[in-house]
Amino acid sequence: MLFTSYGFIAFLAVLFALYYVIPKRFQWLLLLAADIVFYACAGWKGLCFMAATVVVSWAATNLMGTSLRAQKAFLSSPEGKVLERPERKAYKKQCEKRRKLIFVLALIADLGILAALKYTNFLINNVNAIFSADIASVDWVLPLGISFYTFQTVSYVIDVYWEKVEPERNILRVALFTSFFPLLIQGPISRFGDLRDTLFAEHKADFKQISFGLQRILWGYFKKLVIADRLLVAVTALCGDPEAYTGAYVFIGAVLYAAELYADFTGGIDITIGIAQVLGISVKENFIRPYFSRNIAEYWRRWHISMGTWFKDYIFYPLSVAPWLLKLSKSARKKISDGFGRKLSVYVSTIVTWFLTGLWHGAAWNFVVWGLLNAFFILLAEEFKPVSQRFRAKHEKLVSGFGYRAFETLRTFLLMCSLRVLDCYRDVTVSFRAIGTVFTDFNWREAFSGTLLQLGLTGADYIIAFCGVIVMFAVSCVQEKRGSVREALWEKPVLSYAVFFILAVAVLTLGAYGVGYDASQFIYNQF
Amino acid sequence: MDEILEILDGLGLDADFENCTTLVDDGILESLDIVTIIAELSDAFDITIPARDIVPENFNSAEAMLSMVNCLLDE
Amino acid sequence: MSGKSNKKLHIICLIAFVVLLCAAIWLLGKVLEPKYMTGVLEGAMTREYYDEQNAHDVIFVGDCEVYENFSPVTMWEEKGITSYIRGSAQQLIWQSYYLLEEAFERDSPKIVVYNVQSMKYDTPQSEAYNRMTIDGMPLSRHKLDAIKASMTEDEDMISYLIPFLRYHSRWSELTAEDFEYAFRRDPVTIAGYLMRADVEPMTKLPTAPVLDDYTIGDTCWEYLDKMQKLCDANGATLVLIKSPSLWPHWYDEWDEQISSYADKHGLDYINLLNVSDEIGIDMQTDTYDAGLHLNIYGAEKLSRYFADILADKYGVPDRRVDEAIAADWEAKSDAYYELLAAQKAELKEYGYLKSWTLGDEK
Repeated sequence: MLFTSYGFIAFLAVLFALYYVIPKRFQWLLLLAADIVFYACAGWKGLCFMAATVVVSWAATNLMGTSLRAQKAFLSSPEGKVLERPERKAYKKQCEKRRKLIFVLALIADLGILAALKYTNFLINNVNAIFSADIASVDWVLPLGISFYTFQTVSYVIDVYWEKVEPERNILRVALFTSFFPLLIQGPISRFGDLRDTLFAEHKADFKQISFGLQRILWGYFKKLVIADRLLVAVTALCGDPEAYTGAYVFIGAVLYAAELYADFTGGIDITIGIAQVLGISVKENFIRPYFSRNIAEYWRRWHISMGTWFKDYIFYPLSVAPWLLKLSKSARKKISDGFGRKLSVYVSTIVTWFLTGLWHGAAWNFVVWGLLNAFFILLAEEFKPVSQRFRAKHEKLVSGFGYRAFETLRTFLLMCSLRVLDCYRDVTVSFRAIGTVFTDFNWREAFSGTLLQLGLTGADYIIAFCGVIVMFAVSCVQEKRGSVREALWEKPVLSYAVFFILAVAVLTLGAYGVGYDASQFIYNQF
Repeated sequence: MDEILEILDGLGLDADFENCTTLVDDGILESLDIVTIIAELSDAFDITIPARDIVPENFNSAEAMLSMVNCLLDE
Repeated sequence: MSGKSNKKLHIICLIAFVVLLCAAIWLLGKVLEPKYMTGVLEGAMTREYYDEQNAHDVIFVGDCEVYENFSPVTMWEEKGITSYIRGSAQQLIWQSYYLLEEAFERDSPKIVVYNVQSMKYDTPQSEAYNRMTIDGMPLSRHKLDAIKASMTEDEDMISYLIPFLRYHSRWSELTAEDFEYAFRRDPVTIAGYLMRADVEPMTKLPTAPVLDDYTIGDTCWEYLDKMQKLCDANGATLVLIKSPSLWPHWYDEWDEQISSYADKHGLDYINLLNVSDEIGIDMQTDTYDAGLHLNIYGAEKLSRYFADILADKYGVPDRRVDEAIAADWEAKSDAYYELLAAQKAELKEYGYLKSWTLGDEK
């Protein structure tokens, strides 16, 4: 069921109505039932894989919880209290060891499903390429949203292991947390600790919250249907023929893709968070106007935040304090140089984290290279930090001016656009060659002499997309300066409804939906 | 406490470690800085900071870092 | 502003929002739906039937082989027969059935003529033709059933009920015609007959391709059954015909299946292809597209021939004695000759029909 199908709208309407009619204590069960319906629409096979993940993480977290309780009970019992400190420590160690075993097994099971289903073909292709073997590819199902729900589950298992959250005893609640349908398609990858209190709570209908939720859903559809799906046509055409579209076209394609991807992804997230809001459930934001970032590190704190923090909390930090890495960095400090050793663990963790981030985006080398390039630029910026700090101190007036800010923002935007070319062409060599032509093939005049109108979009389409982008930009500026637009409009109901009326008519008229349009899937669907 | 401040000041970061209590929340310390600090603290106090303790609350101020270190030394 | 009055204002605004949005969807739908007033006129045919004042003794259902080949005005002039053609482009048998079901609610035909050409299609074919046939129907059980039976894989019911959802992307191709005809239509047919006065002689008949399977599908038989039962229940006689269009090819295998079905069910099946010479059809002068469809000259010949059958064999009454009905048909006849004159004038001026076709087809 696509977010943009009539079926989905009907599904939502029924769900919203039922949700506030039934007794409140059954609300979360209704959500679970809705998840199953939603997921079953995508195929029962996927449902089986998800059920396996739910059972494994439920069992593992509860086993760990039982072990921890037993440990605490024993240590505070008279029998435990008489133990000496080293004995207590040894006992604790022993219990921890058991929990670690459960934890590792659960991770292997959860991540194993993901790895097997998503990366087997990638592995086979590489083995074939390296050893010129001829192993046949496999044709396994890729359950809907598997990367998202697996990450969500893994974060839960880790948090329980780290004793940050209590394990949930009711398996149906674990199932709801894993399968909550708005988050399934493209995140945000939410934490159990954040969702627990809102997902299972009883919610009474709140006029303002429901209105805000619906407004946000509408805004999401505007971005998705009016801007993203329109631009997608041109982007697909440009990226589909890298031989013909070189130079200026690569640049135009990258900029259009930036707008398309942003509108598509944040639009989807708006729909997601909007749906949750109508249901009274609060979900953490996934984007904070990332294109306003002034450097790449900031960009990654504002774009797809839930993914960034996931990798930071569960890969980057654990890796950087891994005993082997610390040992390595210590010996490097002694043997090579103090500065190098100090940086070693940061470097290794950053590179590994971004390697995995790339791989998570897709089982292909272009994504891996994309991830590593991100790491490269982040570390490069880190290296130049002292220089940049000196420069800032020296030219305080210049740096604090609007012009310099604009320069930094534009620089970051263009850098991210160039990296994303790897995502456009889905091939490393083609991508680098395409980027190269931007500097060698100056065909700007040709590009603007009408060829852009042969990509499947009319002049009117470009104008609408452009106006849509302007609206998006204006809204972002207001949000950046003054905060919530909906909140401000709420005080002026007439204006508010007038705005959303225009928005609704725009979506319905200008949106790319219905017969004659390919229902283009959300870009992040299969990641 | 002085030892910690010494380490922090030695990192060459543009931050007021003595008074600031929102080092992470306000984005003054980035993840790369935190990892550097962890490496320094581990080295100086001969402790292992486990991943589960790397939460914003433990790095928001020099004081928080100190209490974390003390806690770990205690174990 | 106090919280309470603010909430009241919110609710008022919300209601206004919903009402205005529905109104906008309705209004925009009216403007954006295709009007079929020039060029492709076939899309405007279904709705014209509802403007008919008097009952008809004969109703034709079927595809272009009825609405291009039979002229009710000629049958009126010849034998005083009141007839109407509920035809549409590539009308499939289930569409014929539901249009007929609907017609029986407002009309009382004694004879129902179904042209069997469409028996070759057992599954939904084309969204565009579905739309042209069904969009003109007012909302009713018949329309819903027709949609359900006709939808191709990518279609959905909701966009038939709210045409705006289907046609919203026409915003970029709106013309003055769309605004002019937002709430009204001009008639494009005369009693369902779509006139063409131009001539394109048949030069060479293409060879009929060999088909894998000549079996007529189960769905078609099922609807033919239903159609007969419907006629029986309403005291009408169902007559099956095959129009004398030479192309697309009408295979003997199909003919045999229809014949044996008709025999078995006590229906009349008249294959007019076999009597083309008797009718006097000359494919050098009587077709406007080289044998696919008859032009007005062919249609008049066929209509005279068929009017005899209707009057003699089926006893369809002569209504010319009824003044009210006669006046109605007088008006139809006038419109008919007016249209013919207009088409002739255009043919003289441009050499082709400019206002009634997509343009320079030749």
